[in-house]
Parts: sequence; C-alpha cells; structure tokens
Amino acid sequence: MEESCTLPRAATACIAERQDSIQTAGKSRTRIHCADDSLAGSVSQRACVFCGARVVLNPVTDAVHLIHGPVGCATYTMDIRGSLSSGSELFRTSFSTDMKEKDVIFGGEKKLAACIDEVVEKYHPPAVFVYATCVSGMIGDDIVAVCKAASARHNTDIIPVESSGFISGNKVVGYRAAAEALLRLIRPKEGGTIEKTQKINFLGEYNLGGEKWLAERYLREIGIEINVAFTGDSTVAALKRAPSACLNLVQCTGSMHWVAQNLERTFGTPYMDVNFFGPENTAESLRRIAAFYDDTAMMERAEALIAREMARIRPAIEKYRARLRGKRAAIYVGGAYKAIAIIRQLRGLGMEIALTGTQTGKADEYESMSRILSEGTIIIDDANPAELEKFLLEKHVDVMIGGVKERVLAYKLGIGFVDHNHDRKDGLAGFEGAVRFAREVYVTTCSPVWERARSPAPGGEAHAR
Amino acid sequence: MPGENAAPVPGRAKQVNENQCNMCMPIGGVVAFKGIKNAMVLVHGSQGCSTYMRLANVEHFNEPFDIASSSLNEKQTIHGGEANLKKAMDNVIRVYQPNVLGILTTCLAETMGEDLDRIVASYIEEKKIAGIDIIPVPTPSYSGTHAEGFWAAARGIVAYYARPASSHRRINVIIPNISPADIREIKRILGLMGLEYTLLPDFSMTLDRPFGGKYQKIPTGGTPAERIAEMPGAPVTIQFGTTCPDSLSPGRYLEQEYNVPLVNLPLPIGLGNVDLFVETLANVSGNPVPEELALERGWLIDGMADSHKFNADGRPVVYGEPELVYAFSMACAENGAMPVVISTGSKNSLLKERLAPLVLNADEPPVVLEEADFAAVAAAALGAEANIAIGHSGGKLLTERYGIPLVRAGYPIHDRIGGQRILSAGYRGTLAFLDRFTNTLLEHKYATYRQKIKEELCTAEGV
Repeated sequence: MEESCTLPRAATACIAERQDSIQTAGKSRTRIHCADDSLAGSVSQRACVFCGARVVLNPVTDAVHLIHGPVGCATYTMDIRGSLSSGSELFRTSFSTDMKEKDVIFGGEKKLAACIDEVVEKYHPPAVFVYATCVSGMIGDDIVAVCKAASARHNTDIIPVESSGFISGNKVVGYRAAAEALLRLIRPKEGGTIEKTQKINFLGEYNLGGEKWLAERYLREIGIEINVAFTGDSTVAALKRAPSACLNLVQCTGSMHWVAQNLERTFGTPYMDVNFFGPENTAESLRRIAAFYDDTAMMERAEALIAREMARIRPAIEKYRARLRGKRAAIYVGGAYKAIAIIRQLRGLGMEIALTGTQTGKADEYESMSRILSEGTIIIDDANPAELEKFLLEKHVDVMIGGVKERVLAYKLGIGFVDHNHDRKDGLAGFEGAVRFAREVYVTTCSPVWERARSPAPGGEAHAR
Repeated sequence: MPGENAAPVPGRAKQVNENQCNMCMPIGGVVAFKGIKNAMVLVHGSQGCSTYMRLANVEHFNEPFDIASSSLNEKQTIHGGEANLKKAMDNVIRVYQPNVLGILTTCLAETMGEDLDRIVASYIEEKKIAGIDIIPVPTPSYSGTHAEGFWAAARGIVAYYARPASSHRRINVIIPNISPADIREIKRILGLMGLEYTLLPDFSMTLDRPFGGKYQKIPTGGTPAERIAEMPGAPVTIQFGTTCPDSLSPGRYLEQEYNVPLVNLPLPIGLGNVDLFVETLANVSGNPVPEELALERGWLIDGMADSHKFNADGRPVVYGEPELVYAFSMACAENGAMPVVISTGSKNSLLKERLAPLVLNADEPPVVLEEADFAAVAAAALGAEANIAIGHSGGKLLTERYGIPLVRAGYPIHDRIGGQRILSAGYRGTLAFLDRFTNTLLEHKYATYRQKIKEELCTAEGV
C-alpha cells in the first residue's frame, strides 16, 4: 500500500481497504484502484451483472424480455429505463419465470421452456431475450440449450443472456453479456450477404427522453440517416440490419465499445466515439461525423447547424452561467464517458468540480479524467454513502449530479441535485438538452429552498451546514 | 411449501409472471430492521440485491437507505460465502457502529446452502463481538413475497430479544409494512387512549426524518432492544396481522412462548376497522374514548355522508400486500364502493378467509386473486369494469393502458413523491384516504362525462 502514503490527507477513506480507490487530482498522481469487485460490506452504489445486461437490452422495444429467476430480479428492473419508443411498448412489460422453491430444487428448465412457449404464443414477438439470474445460474439451468430448442420450436430468435448476478460485482460484465446477446441476434444467416449503405449505427444511445430522436434530427439535417441505435427505440428487425451501416458511432463507451470492436472485426465497419452531452461535445461530434463522409457540402451543413444552434442557446446558457459561476459541483455517475461530458458541461457553466467518481470506470478513463480536473479534486471509484457524505461536506459542494440513491443523500445535506440516471424522463443531450441541463443545475443549485432550510426555526437555532 | 397444488389463478397465464405485483422476501425484512434502534442491515448475496432494495426504498421513503452487501462473486458462490460475509460484517461494524446488525439471506445464499447461524456464531467468537446483536433471518425470495419477509424479520427480532420478563403495563403493538405517517397516527391514538406501549418495528423516525442539514448513518429512532426484550411481560399484544400466518407471526410467538394474549386486528383503516382498534384500546386501558377521537370519528362519518353517492359509482380494484388489501377493501365496502377485484401477489389463504363474509354478502361478489401478477389484475379489472384502483405504484400500468385511475397507497410508491407521508390510518387517515378516493372518482367523471354523454346521445342522426 505504499502508493496510498503519497495521497493527500484530505482524501482519507472511511475503510482502509478502499484507500487506493480514492485519488486526488494534482501532482502526486497515483494509479487508482478500479474495475474490481466491490468490497464486501462497503455499501457500494453499484448494481449487478444482471442489471447491466437489463439496462442495455431493455430498450429493444418489440422483444420479450423474460427474466429467469425468482420474482425480485424482475420486479426491481420493471420498466427501469426512461427510453421512449416510436412503436411497440412490449419492452415495458416485465416477464418473469417466477421461480419457486420447487423449481430451485428440481431445476427450472421445464418452467422456462413453458414460459417461452406461453409468451411466444401470446405475443408473437420477433425475439425473446432470456436473462439468467443468480439462482438460475447457480442451479445450473442450461438456458442456452433451452433457448436453442425453443428457437427451433418456434422458428424465432430466443436469445440467452448469460447475466447471473454473482459472476462479478461489476455491472460492466453485464454489459458484455448483453453485447454477446446482441451480436448473436445480428449474426447473419449462413451464406447471407450484407449490402453496405451510407447509414450509420448509433451505439450506446438509449433514447432517454427522446435523445436518439434529437440526434436523428441533427444528422438528418446534415444528410445522414441513422440505421439503428443500440438500443434506444430499436426493433429486432432494425438491429438485424446493423451490419449494413458504414460507420458505428459509440456514445456510451462502457456498454458498447466491445460491440463496436466486434462489428468492426466481423463486418469491417469502422467505429468512432461521439458524445452528444453538452454543446461543445455535440458540435465536435457532428463535425467528426460529417468529416468521416469527406463531403464538403455535408460539412458545410454541419457548420451551419452548429452556428445556428449555438447562437440559439447562447442567451440561456449565459444567463445560467452568470448565476452558477464559482459554484461547486460533485459528480457520481455510472460510467466515465458520462462523467467526462458532465465535467465539461459544468465547466462551461463556470462551475468548479470538487468531486467526481464512477461506478464502473476503467484505469485509462480515470487517467483522462484526472488530466482535465484541477488540483485537489477528489476522484472516487465505486464510492459508498459514507465516503460521498464525507467529501460532499469537506469540499463544500453546492450541487451533485448522480442517480436516485445519491439524490436523497444530497437533499439530506441541503445540497442541490441533478438526475443523470438511466431512468430519467427528460432528454439532456444535444443543444436543447444542454439548456435543459443548465436550467436544472441552476434551479436546484440556486433554489430558495436551501436558504429556508438553513434559516433558524422560530425560537430555535439554524441548522448547521 | 405454499403454492404447490394451486389451481391456475383465473386470468393469470399458467407459468409466466407478467408485470409483478410483489417484491422479494429480503426487502420486507430490511424495512422491519430499519424500525429497530441503532440497527443496520446486511444482505448476504450478490451486490445487486442490496442496491435494488436500496433504490426501491429510497424512491418510496425519500430518505437515504443504506444496506450493506456481502457482494458475493463467482468464486465464493462455488466455495462458500463465509469469508465475504465476515469481511462485510467487519466493514459495516467499523463504518456504521450499529448495536443491532440484521443479516438477511437472498435466494443466492439460500441456494448455496449458507449456514448463517453457524457463520455468525463463529464470527462472534473469533472477533469477541460484544455490544452488537447480530440477528440472522433466512429470507429466500422464492419462498415468499416482501410481505412475508417483513413478518419473518419482525418475528426473528422478537424471538432474538424476548426474555421472561416481569409484568408491566406497556402493551405490545406490532405493525406490518405501513407508512411512517400511519405509524405516527397509530402512536397518537395510543397516546390519546392513555396507553403505554412498545411498537414494533417503529420506522416512523428512521425512515422519515425531519430536515436537519446532516445525514445520520443510522438515523435515530426505532424500537429499543431493551423494550423488545420486555415484550413478554406485556398485558396484551395487538398485532395488525389478521392475514399473517402463525409460522411468521411475532404476536403468535409471544403468545406461544410467553402466554401474552394476542389480539389480531385488521389495520385501522376504514371506520369499522378503526372502531375495532379504539374499542380494543378502551377495553385494554379501561379508559374512556377521549373527546378528540370522538370528534374525529364524527368528522369521518360526516365526510362519508358527504361523499357516499359519488362513491356508489366506484368499482375499485384493490391490490398489494394482504393486510393492506384487506383494510382498504373494508374501507371501500363500508363507503358503498364495493371492490370488484381484490388481489394480492402473495399466496395467502387467510386473506380469502377474512374476506369471505364480504364476498358472501356482496350484491356482486368481487373476484379474489392470490399469487397474482398485473396481467391477472388487469384482466380481472377489465372483466369487472373497474373504474378506480387502490395500491402501490406497480399499478400505474392500469392507468396508462386502460385508463383506470390509481389512488396510490401501500408500498412501494416510486412514481410519486411522498410515499412515506401517505396517511390512511385512524379516523383522520381514513378521511384523508376517502377524500383522495372520492376526488379521484370525481376528477375522472368531470374530465370525461361531457364527451361521454355527447358520444352517447348527440349523434349525427340523433340531434
């Protein structure tokens, strides 16, 4: 543990074993400990492998998502995404094999087969994703074999998702399980050929609050069509056409880099990282996409769009920047791509970043994050409430960006909060989304509520901050 | 094991569960432990379980809700989770410094066959643990719902602490998973009736804390262990658990082991049910019913009279945890809004038994479903032409897909603010519920009646 000795005192962990997972940006940079299983008893904010697979695949709108396990896993992930659909709403129905004690003892394969038969007969879906959970994995149910037999029986894609929760304490492993299921789905039939088009795929875009539709509007204006998004507002048929795209854009790198790499290897489609969070990121992404086509007219249309939209949002952004300048923010989100985009956006609003962290960041991602942060910013991998509370107070944070579990913590401390979670209902991407984000940061950071909350009660004392 | 030979539930597909109406056993258990003073919970299983439970509870209570996990991975799943569980206990004790540590199993730990009692005993011995009560409760998800998990933990807690005690005046009051607002109302009534009591589990302060500008790792409040230990010396136990099976019943345990008489009452929701409660308290205390409660009763009846004609148009679907379902069904029925569907995700024969008189005397007997999913609830609701629903947020699909408005009550409420503040207990709570119910009916009626009548009568040929 010699590395931890060089860390500044300000960043002491609540549990000694967690010390190497906390870093302070600045000169005495050490390598952060990350991408490992959560420490037992640390009250990690992370979910599980199954959850990772579920959030990636759930937005496939017309598929049946059948969870093979006791009822809880399905209940907790029922309608978990804020993904919007232009067609089928079947993805919002939560199917579970509802394993009981009997199934655990005698095996759940029969019940699974019966459930598949039932949903296929009732809904005639183009595909069924069958998710393994802890229990079905533990008792050794061969979901691959059950799915294969059911596929043959119904002449439908019945795709196993090997997402047993205990495989790892890291959701990223679930992203991989989902990716494998997607690749299985889009694998072309023997001897089939794929004709390339000028369209693109948009990977790691989940259409939260219609964000995919917004990107689609921009791209269409500059002359580019989206073939299919992975997986926001996607259908099984559209996903199967994925190999016909000439380029894969990757937004959520955590969940989709691996898919992009596989698509490149199998179908020769190149990929490019993009990011539509924040006006600068959106502008850069549009430029790079247009440049890929090497078409002057297209690049001009992109520049025109960027100039117009930037001009349109500037007054609003300026207004919020004037009020937010110098405020201190904390960021704790799922993945690093999102954290980096948010850092940039908050900086654009004149704010300081006091703390940032992720559930699933990788070493190189933390490295690039650390490079853009100013000296003294705390960086945490796989944080827990005790650490978050400690640093929120130590760093005098004014607003936090995170998910639901962090929200109540922030509010309890009298700190503003912005939801940047997978179940949020409002789109935060693109130029319009940037304004919406800035507004949300403003209304919560500068809410009159905090002043009231800290004001003395009649005849009493003020609450300490 | 319950549920073995059940005939297929009408309306429910034979095997698949489509939109779940209940959650898993351990989440009920963690809520019960949060009602014990200076308690922390640890869930023995993979990391996701505790995170999901935290999320669901955070959304419902709008409070931080820490749950530790033993974070089992593949290796421990094969070789046993003892080391991880012990490490988890180490870390939780270090950071949270609890006096009580509840350990709940998940389906994973149960399937692995983890011997919790042995692991905990060896941990206490190895680490010379003193001053911390570690209470393991088996809660395998495939054996019951969150309602059973709650009772199992409450019983486990009572069984752990209860000791032969000398007689005292404090009555035992044992509650199911109700809102902190309901707990406070029940406590207020107990106080008005001049009774001393031990209420278990009491999460009215731990899961609904006033703003204080700080976060307590373990919020103050909850039933103290010393009080639980003395529950065997109480003159009586009042338990709101008419649908709680004996094997999970904390009140029954106290009766069987320590001869504390058990009065199982329905939740005090609905005039009749509150009357039963108040009457019982009057008998137990020998005190008259105070003016304040009498006034509240009068206001409730006045409110019932004001709204009875509107309520007669109500065709409610009531779903959720058995104990709540029973209470709300009775409250609807006494207001002239006879439920058309009564449903629970639990397998619970006691609920059917309790509902039998209601069903028998109804002009139009309600459909009663157990072990039901929302596909079954929706099918039954449409079949019975239901026009209002009462239950937790899972029923939002009834509104979204079929236009049946939902009066939110129970647990969990995750798509509205203030699940912890929904008050339905006592005369005051019942009136508040009734107003919510009637106004939902009225809102729906006023929003649609013009169009409806127009479509019905003002056709092109007609006028």
